[in-house]
Amino acid sequence: MKRSRKIEEAIFKVLMVFSTYFILLILALIIYSIFEKGIKAISWEMISQIPSGGYYYGKGGGILNAILGSLSLAFGATFLAFIIGLPVALYMNVFLVQKKKLVGVIRFILDLVWGIPSIVYGAFGFSMMIFLGIQTSLLAGMLTVTLFILPIMIRSMDEILRTIPVGLMEASYSLGSNKSEVAFKIFTRQSFSGIITAILLSFGRAIGDAASVLFTAGYTDNLPNSLMEPVATLPLSIFFQLASPVPEVQNRAYASALILTLIILIVSLFSRGLGKRYHKTKINF
Amino acid sequence: MYLLNRNQRHRVNYTWMIVSLLLVASLPFLLFLGLYLKSFLLIHDYNLSDLLFSKEWKPGIGKFGFFPFIVGSIWVTLLAMLLSAPICLLTAIYVTHYTKKRFLRIMHPAIDILAGIPSVVYGVWGILVIIPFISHYLGPFFGVNTLGYSILAAALVLSIMIIPFILNILIEVFQAVPIELEEAALSLGATQWQTVKHVVIKKSLPGIIAAFGFGLARAFGETMAVLMVVGNVVKLPKSVFDPGYTLPALIANNYGEMLSIPRYDSALMFAALILLAVSLFFNLIMHFFIARYNKY
Repeated sequence: MKRSRKIEEAIFKVLMVFSTYFILLILALIIYSIFEKGIKAISWEMISQIPSGGYYYGKGGGILNAILGSLSLAFGATFLAFIIGLPVALYMNVFLVQKKKLVGVIRFILDLVWGIPSIVYGAFGFSMMIFLGIQTSLLAGMLTVTLFILPIMIRSMDEILRTIPVGLMEASYSLGSNKSEVAFKIFTRQSFSGIITAILLSFGRAIGDAASVLFTAGYTDNLPNSLMEPVATLPLSIFFQLASPVPEVQNRAYASALILTLIILIVSLFSRGLGKRYHKTKINF
Repeated sequence: MYLLNRNQRHRVNYTWMIVSLLLVASLPFLLFLGLYLKSFLLIHDYNLSDLLFSKEWKPGIGKFGFFPFIVGSIWVTLLAMLLSAPICLLTAIYVTHYTKKRFLRIMHPAIDILAGIPSVVYGVWGILVIIPFISHYLGPFFGVNTLGYSILAAALVLSIMIIPFILNILIEVFQAVPIELEEAALSLGATQWQTVKHVVIKKSLPGIIAAFGFGLARAFGETMAVLMVVGNVVKLPKSVFDPGYTLPALIANNYGEMLSIPRYDSALMFAALILLAVSLFFNLIMHFFIARYNKY
């Protein structure tokens, strides 16, 4: 009896160790295979030029259009989501601080919206575009991605804001500030590092998502120069290049995947570093 | 210094907050309404059960049967969960109960990176690693001739993609188990594993089920990575080595031609509506599940 118990524990422990290191190994394997394939095909030409005439048949050029397109789309969407998201998160934690039930309902709705797949946002964005008579454009893509990252932005800011002690709010009220001053002057400063993290997290999501821009942003070989024109994005450029039968173009898809992965890794590295740095304005309790 | 005085600024800020909040809170209803209105033509003209359970998908002659796509989606999702769930559960137990706190500090960034990798990159990885693995090793091993693009490939890629998602929730669930309960079990002479098996897992069972539920909903709607490896063949899959087609892949693949065939755009919006309904339904149930459990 005792022996079988020990054997059971030993077996499960081996399984646990195995699955933990399996996950770490898979992560290493993913990063390795993307780097290994991508590094061979990457060149300065790829990141500094737009596709030339026969690019999709293996001739010269690069994917600068997609890099800049993705960056501008993600910047725009993150900015819009921030403008809408910050006041909502502050409102929930300053104005509604005593209405626990209502805040619970809002959080619940946000979690629901967070769970909706991005392709649904893409389809919705597309139907809205037809409804409003807009063509595929940077603007349409930006607005769709904004909707998609909005719940991520708000919920991550909310998670930080809700940890701020009530005492800080009471102290500010007792000094004569009104609610919106508490929200925008005290709470934003106290949670500054958390807000930065939320912004970078949303930015990472915005730049990596393909399904929501597939219908709405379109694709073009030109650099983005107007809100009303279609724009190329990195995930889509990977997807299209990979679908090509020409091996050189496929290799470029691997290089593009490496560029996208690097951007994501840099963003997540930044969010870790910046989060630690901006503690100066924070009051420690 | 300021254009407006304090009270005016307060008023402006307040309006800004309320408008944003209303926009965000109405989002799920807007999405549902928008997609419903667009797919109304199709739902109006066809019988709902015909749409969901008919096997014939020929948009050119007006036959829209979503059954192959629904079945494909269910196969891929369930298989991915089956592969991913035990690994997540074992890892979550290991990092919360068998290792030092320091180990979690290595694990968290790893999970974050895994979660941050875009789905297209997962798709590329699937084509680079999983597809050759299936066509060269796994297929011949089971005596199947396959190109690699299959339900199994999609499930394998998907199972990796949802690991960070499920694992994060599970770690939180296990950390929320009161330490006193575990100490009580240990003081009665239970071993670490017995404590985990009889106390920790029992106590957090609703949380575990909820984590799997959220993971399932997430997997069901995943588009790009699945689209790239699943094969995209409209037919009912007979084995996991058969190529298949999923609902999100259907929408993503046909966006270009949907305006040229009548009712086609309606049909794709209907597919999006199904996805939205499944996602909302699963998340709703899991939330109520957790809420009820937290009461007791």
